[in-house]
Amino acid sequence: MTVTSVEKDPAALTMTLHAAFDAPITSVWQLWADPRRLERWWGPPSHPATFVEHDLRDGGRVTYFMTGPEGEQYHGWWEVLDVEEPRRIEVRDGFGHPDAPADMPVTTMRVTLDEAGGGTRMTIVSTFASAEAMEQLVAMGMEEGIVAAMGQMDDILAEAPAGS
Amino acid sequence: MVVGLAEPQADRLFHALADGTRRDIVRRTMAAPSSVSALARHYPMSITAVQKHVAVLESAGLVTKRRQGREQLVSAEVEALRRASELLDRMEELWRDRIDRFGEVLADDDGGAPR
Repeated sequence: MTVTSVEKDPAALTMTLHAAFDAPITSVWQLWADPRRLERWWGPPSHPATFVEHDLRDGGRVTYFMTGPEGEQYHGWWEVLDVEEPRRIEVRDGFGHPDAPADMPVTTMRVTLDEAGGGTRMTIVSTFASAEAMEQLVAMGMEEGIVAAMGQMDDILAEAPAGS
Repeated sequence: MVVGLAEPQADRLFHALADGTRRDIVRRTMAAPSSVSALARHYPMSITAVQKHVAVLESAGLVTKRRQGREQLVSAEVEALRRASELLDRMEELWRDRIDRFGEVLADDDGGAPR
């Protein structure tokens, strides 16, 4: 198993995934930095990805499309926010052409690589963009209220009767 | 599947849930339908402000309103809440598949086996 754990927080709209690989950090980095390697894993086998632009620098842009079994194409883009080779990538990740974004939720994806136990640990944090409002509230010093509200959200989901 | 995750309604849903008062309204109206004026007694804000929160929740499909006499009764839509969780479940699925392929590509590259 390469995935070691996954945490999901519905209230913070965030998924955090941890994975571990028996490979040096520079090799793991190449799977993000080299578009030919990236397209071997980004799309599912039924919808392989082709990366068109791949400017993995602060402020750069990455565009790709996935091709479905009937030849249909789904376009996607990253807006690169922060890159620190070989440890860190942060992008906004959306669908549609960058010049005509689709009316779909944008996520922020943060990738962190660390050397650990002779291999590499990779952490992916993926957050729906609308949670930015929540981050602003945290910055305004309302952490306590948010922590309490997140607890309530967990309760809501736990208490929701099945099938009603 | 990537395309399934990207449903246009998701943005409204997540916006609606990003506010503590609105989450509290959902919790209360799930226990029992409640009028806007009764809800407003729980928060340090005007009835109009609470009405606005209810409107955001309603447009996200998290609550419904129906008239009863002179009052509007607000009830939570449990199914919509499940959708927030389900979207994260789909995202998890998507990433687990990606990481499996990631490990395979890496093993091809280096002759090293994924853990």
